[in-house]
Amino acid sequence: MDISTMAGMLLEGFGVSAQVFALTLLGSIPLGIPVALARLSRFKPLQLLARAFISVMRGTPLMLQMFAVYFAPYYVFGIQLTTQSKWQACIIAFIINYAAYFAEIYRSGIQSIPRGQYEAAEVLGYSRVQTFARIVMPQVAKRILPAMGNEIITLVKDTSLAFAIGVAEMFSTAKALVASQRSMMPFAISALFYWGFNFLVEIILGRIEKKMDYYHD
Amino acid sequence: MERMNTGVQPAAKVASQPAGAAAPQSASQRPVVRLEHARKAFGGNQVLNDISLSVSPGEVVAIIGPSGGGKSTLLRCMTLLERLDGGGLWYGGFSAGEDGELAVARPASGDPRGRAVYGDKGALAQARQRFGLVFQSFNLFPHMSVMRNIMDAPLVVQKRERAEVERQARGLVQKMGLAGCEDKVPCQLSGGQQQRASIARALAMNPQVLYFDEPTSALDPELTGEVLKVLKQLAAEDTTMIVVTHEMAFARDVADRVVFMDGGVIVEEGPAEQVMDAPAHERTREFLSRFSG
Repeated sequence: MDISTMAGMLLEGFGVSAQVFALTLLGSIPLGIPVALARLSRFKPLQLLARAFISVMRGTPLMLQMFAVYFAPYYVFGIQLTTQSKWQACIIAFIINYAAYFAEIYRSGIQSIPRGQYEAAEVLGYSRVQTFARIVMPQVAKRILPAMGNEIITLVKDTSLAFAIGVAEMFSTAKALVASQRSMMPFAISALFYWGFNFLVEIILGRIEKKMDYYHD
Repeated sequence: MERMNTGVQPAAKVASQPAGAAAPQSASQRPVVRLEHARKAFGGNQVLNDISLSVSPGEVVAIIGPSGGGKSTLLRCMTLLERLDGGGLWYGGFSAGEDGELAVARPASGDPRGRAVYGDKGALAQARQRFGLVFQSFNLFPHMSVMRNIMDAPLVVQKRERAEVERQARGLVQKMGLAGCEDKVPCQLSGGQQQRASIARALAMNPQVLYFDEPTSALDPELTGEVLKVLKQLAAEDTTMIVVTHEMAFARDVADRVVFMDGGVIVEEGPAEQVMDAPAHERTREFLSRFSG
C-alpha cells in the first residue's frame, strides 16, 4: 500500500475527527455559559452543583467519561444499546467535558471585568441581562480568546480519544494501518494531519484576535 | 442639547425642609432630590450619620471634605449603588406638569430616622432615569466608540428613536469639544476627553440632576482644566449638579452651595463664598487651610 492510499484512508478518518471537533465546539461553547453563570450564582445550591460538575469533569479522564456516558443508559435504565450509541456517547461526553473547561474560562473572564463597568451600566439603567449581553460579554470574549485558543487546539488532539470507545476516527484508522502494513508511516501522516489542522485553527484564531484588537483597556 | 431645566434660576438659598413638612410647592421649586436623616454603616463603621440634603432645580452643590469623610458613600447612596440603612430618599417629578415625588426609600413606620425601606424594582428603575453619574475613573465602555457610548443607553434602556438620539449625541459631542472623536474608542482618547465623553453619556439620558464623583481626580492639571470648563458651562446653563470635589477653586467659583462633610456628618453648609471664605466651624477652617497652603 503506497503512501497516498494510506493518506486517503486517514483523510477519511479525519473527516470523522473533524465532526467530533465541530460538534463538540458547537455544543460546549454555548453550554459553558449557563455552567459559568451557575458557578457564579449567589444561590448556593446552584453554585455547589456547578462546582461539583466542573470538579468531576476536570478531575476524571475524558476516556472514562465516555465509557460512563456509553454504558449508563444500559446499566441504569436498561436501555438497549445500538450502533449509534457509541457515536452519541462520544459526542455527549466531549461536549459536557469541554463545557466544564470553557465554563471556567468564562468565569475567569467575567470576574476580570472591572466593578466600574457594572456600576456604570447600573446607573444608566441597563437590566442585568442587557448588562451581560451588551457590556460584559463582548469584553469577556476578547479577554478569554487566548485561553479559548489553547483549549480548542487541545480538543483537536483529544478527538483521538474517541478511538477508545470504538468511533472510527483518524487515530483508529492509523492504528489499524500500522498493524496491517507493519509501518509507522500512518502515525507520521496522521500527526501531519493533526498539526496541519491546528495550524489552520491558529490562523483563524489569530484573525479573530486581530479583529478584536481595535480597543484595549 | 436642550437645557435640562427650563427657565429655572439657580437657587442660591438652601432649600432644606424638615421631613414630613409637605407644604404644597410648584414643580419648579420642589427639590430635585431630597435625602432625609440618611444613615449608612459598613460593618461597625458609621459612614453616614443622619445626613439630610435637599437640592433645588438649577442648583450646583459642591461636597468637599477629607477622604473617608463619607462624600463618596453619600453619592453612591443617592445613585442607588449603595443602600441606606436608615432615612429616606426622594426624587422630584420630571416636569412642571408632573406632581408628586418618587420615593426611592422611605423610613419605616413614620419615624423619620427609621430603617430605610426601598421601593420596588420599578420605582428604582424610574429613579435611575432621573439622575446621571460621572465617575472618577470614567467607566466608559471600552469596546464601544464614543458615539455608541453616548447612544447605547438612550436606545436600549430608554428605547428612544435612533434619529433623535443620534441628533442629540452629535450635539453633545460638539458641546463637549469631542468633534472628530465620534468613532474613536475610549483608549484612543486623553483622560480629559474620556471624562468629557462620560459627561456626554450621562447627559444623553436627559437626567434632572447630574452627580460627579471627583471628576478630575484622575486627571493632570491641564486636563482638569478642560473638564472644569465643561462643568462651569453646564452650571451656567442651570444644570442641577452635585459635585464631590477636591478642587477648591471650583467649589468657590462655580457652586451655589458648599457642603463640608467629615466623619459621616455635614459639618457645615451654606452659600459657597460663606463656607469657603468665612467658615463657621473649626474643622472646616482647618481643612480649607491645607489647600490655601
